Amino acid sequence: MSRYGSVTATSPQEAAEWSTGRVVRSNLRAVVGRAYPRIIGLTREPSWLFFEIVLPFLAVSAFVFVYRALEAPEEFIGFVVLGGAMTAFWLNVVWMMAAQFYWEKDQGNLELYFTAPMHLMSVLAGMAIGGLVMTSSRALAVIGIGSLLYGVTYDIEQPILLAGVFLLTMIPLYGMGMLFASLFLLWGREAFHLAELLQEPIYFLGGVNFPLARLPGAVVGAVMATLPLGVGLDAMRQLAFSSSGVEGVLPVSLEIAILAIMGVLFLIAARMALGYLEHLARREGRLTLRWQ
Amino acid sequence: MPDDLAIHAHGVTRIYKAKPDPVTALGGVDLDVAPGEYFGLLGPNGAGKTTLIKILTTLLLPTSGTARIAGFDVVNETAKIRRVINMVSGGEQSGYGLLTSREQLWMFSQFYGLPNREGWRKVDELIEITGLTEQRDQKVRTLSTGQRQKLNFARGLLNDPWVLFLDEPTLGLDVAAARDLREHTLAWKAAALGRTLLLTTHYMVEAEQLCDRIAIVDRGKILALGTPEELRRRVQAESIFRIDLDRLPQNGGIAAIGSLPGVLSAVRVDEENDDAAGSDRIVLKVALADDSALTSVVTAVADRGSHLVGLAKSEPSLEDVFVELVGRGFGDEDGGEPAS
Repeated sequence: MSRYGSVTATSPQEAAEWSTGRVVRSNLRAVVGRAYPRIIGLTREPSWLFFEIVLPFLAVSAFVFVYRALEAPEEFIGFVVLGGAMTAFWLNVVWMMAAQFYWEKDQGNLELYFTAPMHLMSVLAGMAIGGLVMTSSRALAVIGIGSLLYGVTYDIEQPILLAGVFLLTMIPLYGMGMLFASLFLLWGREAFHLAELLQEPIYFLGGVNFPLARLPGAVVGAVMATLPLGVGLDAMRQLAFSSSGVEGVLPVSLEIAILAIMGVLFLIAARMALGYLEHLARREGRLTLRWQ
Repeated sequence: MPDDLAIHAHGVTRIYKAKPDPVTALGGVDLDVAPGEYFGLLGPNGAGKTTLIKILTTLLLPTSGTARIAGFDVVNETAKIRRVINMVSGGEQSGYGLLTSREQLWMFSQFYGLPNREGWRKVDELIEITGLTEQRDQKVRTLSTGQRQKLNFARGLLNDPWVLFLDEPTLGLDVAAARDLREHTLAWKAAALGRTLLLTTHYMVEAEQLCDRIAIVDRGKILALGTPEELRRRVQAESIFRIDLDRLPQNGGIAAIGSLPGVLSAVRVDEENDDAAGSDRIVLKVALADDSALTSVVTAVADRGSHLVGLAKSEPSLEDVFVELVGRGFGDEDGGEPAS
């Protein structure tokens, strides 16, 4: 027997027949496989520390000093620190989810993803889970440093619910990133401009640095209907500073329902966009060929 | 029957939208590759080789025509095809530079659906076989071009593909690395029955060394198809030998040799041969209807008092075949078509 081994199936036709269970297991493995580089990157890419901790922390500090100068209520400091931590997730979604397929195409990975026996949603899910794990460490660092440095006190009556809302927020947030991954690839080089274009408006509309309820009603309504970051942040602030009479846009229970609906809708939209992308890629050839 | 074939293409065309006019990358390709066959697509840049590979690997839809891999249609049965194929391209930069070689291969093994433990076993096995043991824990971004391509090759074998597509696999590699990769490719074939390879290349030596049959492609069309020997015969039907002698044959000399049965012509060429100039050797160029006439020529030379001091068969190269077919060499592209 040669060192190159031998195929186990007796024919390619037999090798191509996979049970439903095998398809599911295979796609779960693909999720783990794609999450791996992001998780392992925690220890191998120190430059990301700057990108995801220092930059959000600088923005947080600026608002803390502004609020202190204006003698704003002390819970605003906590709002900003929490908002700063969530900023890390938004940056991760925009730059490492939405723009990722575009980069994968340049590297030649996208072709290999297309020809591998897995669904591309598994790749996106792996990217999302890996990004979530990686960014959580950054977000915790922002909260820890910010809270210690600026003396934030939390009043959490329902910690499990708070954790649940956080995780629930991540589903539509990363679902949005999964949707944008396909759209950004379709829009080509404009993706980078779009990412930059989205960054600041989302900070503003998501109420990252101030209570969302202070925005005009129509704007808040639009946020509640489209931006998981804004909805989730508002709910988390209500749960993290429960005794401070914090002003929420909607009751937490309603915001949870909105997040759940958003999660489903964004995942469905991401799946449809991916299907369209693959169809277009095969029909026109311009999405998977590196030089086109 | 197409279902019995590893690769079947019939009337495959591919037209790209372009301005001012659409570009025809493939203009009706017919191709059958049997299981276990190593098949080469030989042609210059822009010939349509890569476009054909993209269609066969389900990355592109044909504009018209049908193509099947192991009997599965490339348009509608992509999932089944993707379970039995793999592809490696020259200059491939796939994966993530922050991973080690071993981690990168494991990651891809998960994309191909290998169970975790089997994935690691396969990774370690391929790392050893491809000679990357010293680089197994080295980050991918620090590998040399040759090492990187070995890693890509190992990736292409992770799922034990039935049909392997190699698209210009030795592009940019130095001579030793390219030879190494070709040896691995042959070893992979020898290890199990039924493994099929479709290779695109514009290196003649590579195609000849690796492939059982070759299709010469240019401007989206197959110009000639056959074994390397059959292709050479297209431009040179007769067998031509160079015969070096120590002295001129007596008793009728060269003319007598030229009149032997099966001998088409016999000409003295040492005056025009640089390597024979200044020596006492007589060099004959003898054209035979087929190789079997050689015995009578050698006997006739000896009977006429000459001694054979050298004998070589003169073979046309595949490049000669290409030039004969299209009227220009590989390096004489006119740039009329974009790389596909």
